[in-house]
Amino acid sequence: MNLRRDVFQAIADPTRRAILLLLAAQTMTAGAIASNFDTARPTVSKHLQILTECDLLVQKQTGREIYYHINAKKMKEVADFIEPFRKTWDDRFNKLEAIMKKYKAK
Amino acid sequence: MEQKTKITAEDGRQEMMITRDFDLPLELLFRAYVDPEILGQWMTSKVIRLESKKNGSYQLEKKDDKGNVVFQAHGVIHEFIPGSKIIRTFEMGNTPFGVQLEIYDFERLTEDTSRLRMHVIYESVEQRDQVMKFAFAQGINWAHNQLEQVVAKLK
Repeated sequence: MNLRRDVFQAIADPTRRAILLLLAAQTMTAGAIASNFDTARPTVSKHLQILTECDLLVQKQTGREIYYHINAKKMKEVADFIEPFRKTWDDRFNKLEAIMKKYKAK
Repeated sequence: MEQKTKITAEDGRQEMMITRDFDLPLELLFRAYVDPEILGQWMTSKVIRLESKKNGSYQLEKKDDKGNVVFQAHGVIHEFIPGSKIIRTFEMGNTPFGVQLEIYDFERLTEDTSRLRMHVIYESVEQRDQVMKFAFAQGINWAHNQLEQVVAKLK
């Protein structure tokens, strides 16, 4: 099985990316996740299944509810986990540097 | 190419260290943090308030085209030593990320270069990881949105 391609396919879908973004801030049940989308609930379930199958999401049973959360470990494996965060800061600092260079030239 | 911005975030710790060397004299680097107009430019936010002094506070806000607030951040300044150090809290509004403590050390390297070391301490290990997870998911989204925009133009 080509895991890398599967993960890439998993995140290539806009709904699945939206699910990952939702779960980045909190753990949620399938019902709570589905309530954020106009799509039919079985469709959302299918997306959750795909994300879970390629280990991007993990299910956790709490009482009668099953909660989904992001599998940080898997994220680290498929990509450098810190890189997007570093890139955000790098872009911001580059901007600061460019602005101040112009300021100096004034 | 060597990366200009470095981030150290060890597993199981509730802190991280962000280090960046600037091709700027120390005075200009520091000014970028205390001049409200300049800070607003590189943070791409409106500076509502910035009191650069001990016990001062600050507030940033960003709105979209329709006037909805899409980003809001605020905090208080605990230590302010011009050209050398800022210690402040940082909290993003409407997020579950809590309050973080930020210790900024500004250092002169040469006449024209300077270094910023940002030590960020979160409420917990989980909170730190959550902030990084959020950036990760957002990064995926942005990368794909950009790709979609490029592809849309090709049509």
